Order: sequence, then C-alpha cells, then structure tokens
Amino acid sequence: MSEQIKKFMYVNRRAPYGTIYAWESLEVVLIGAAFDQDVSLAFMDDGVYQLVKGQDTAEVEMKNFSPTYQALGDYDVTKLYVEKESLEERGLTLEDLMPLTYEDEDDDWAEKDSIKLVSRAELADIMDEQDVFFSF
Amino acid sequence: MAIEANGKTFETDEEGYLTNLAEWEPAVAEAMAAEDDLPLTDEHWEILNFLREYYEEYQIAPAVRVLTKAVGKKLGKDKGNSKYLYALFPYGPGKQACRFAGLPKPTGCI
Repeated sequence: MSEQIKKFMYVNRRAPYGTIYAWESLEVVLIGAAFDQDVSLAFMDDGVYQLVKGQDTAEVEMKNFSPTYQALGDYDVTKLYVEKESLEERGLTLEDLMPLTYEDEDDDWAEKDSIKLVSRAELADIMDEQDVFFSF
Repeated sequence: MAIEANGKTFETDEEGYLTNLAEWEPAVAEAMAAEDDLPLTDEHWEILNFLREYYEEYQIAPAVRVLTKAVGKKLGKDKGNSKYLYALFPYGPGKQACRFAGLPKPTGCI
C-alpha cells in the first residue's frame, strides 16, 4: 500500500451541546486516528467551549462527552490548537480549559500538554500547511 | 434481539451489544460468553473490568490498539499485546470483550 502522510485538520467552531457537531467531530477524529495521518484539531469561535472544564449536562439531557477528550492522547492525537482571540472574546483563559496531555514516545514518555494556545494569525499559518480540512 | 441472564431479559442491538448500557451486570457477560462458547476465567474478567473502568473514565470504548497500549501500561507488557488479548477473546478484544463488558462497539473499530 502506498503511504503518504497527509496533514488533517479538524476545525471545531460550535458549542459542545445543542447540536451533534462537536460529538460527531470527536468520533470522526477517533475513527480517523486509525489511519496514521498527521492529525490536528482547531478550536475557534464557540468551539472553544468544547474544552471548558467542569461540564455538566444533567439539565440538557445530553451525554457529557468531555471526558473523551482526555483519551485523544492515547489515540496519538496530540495537537489541539485553541485560538487565543476566541477564548478572550468569551472571557476565558487557558485555566478555564481541561488540562489535556499526552505521553511523548520520542521523549521517554514525558507528559506534555496537548493544548496549544495560538493567535488568530498563527492559526492561519498552521491552516496554510494543511492538506485536508474537516469542518464541524 | 435480547439475551437472558440472571432470570431477566436484556435488550441488545443487531450486533449483540446491550441497548441500555446501565443495565449491565456480570451475569450478562457470562450469558454472552456462554453463547460464544467461551468460559470466562479470571484473566477474561481482568480485561472486562479494565474496559469498564476505561469507559467510566473516558466515556468511550477504546479501539484495539489503544486498548492494547493501555492494558500494557496498567497490567504489564506480557498482557498488553494482541497475541495475549486475541487468545482470550478470539473474536477480537475490541468487539467481543466490549460487548461482554456492556460497552458500545469500540470507537475507531473498522
């Protein structure tokens, strides 16, 4: 099989509940992780709410899937770009987000942060390098 | 579809996974295993319990390679390999063990 690693980016712009987009995106990411591509996730606009810690869905009667983001590291999905401006516009900081980590195989399994805070301009540059986008 | 266990009837989907995951009890695993002609040993239960803990923590059933890695980390390298896990669950440690453990079909299982 000819293998060419492509850069896949999943762009998340919507709040976690109310629509099925955020959960569907996460499921596609986990399924797609089996294909050994260079995967990253971007969180912008209301999508940043997907990573907020302390989510409680009892009132909206939807499954609280936020713990599943913790599993991304096990699936070798280790690049979660969060747009700084989107956070700030919503009065949020990095401290409001779940701490997400992965163990770096190439660095003696050191635990590292998966979330990378980037400016709108930096995210635009990162997007420029991608081969494939999935927009949710 | 449905499966009988412990004098009760449990509804399952077309692939045999429990419809209501909250209904699970150990007798369900025993009944499913009996249907597959696979008597459950302590070694099987170690993996089933591991899967239930994984689901509790992450809310997903792990893909096989993720399960293998996680088992290796928690229970040791001699168990964290596909040879060991497939010997226990010949129809696949992902699909079969998750079904017994009352989890949904693994996410990322293709």
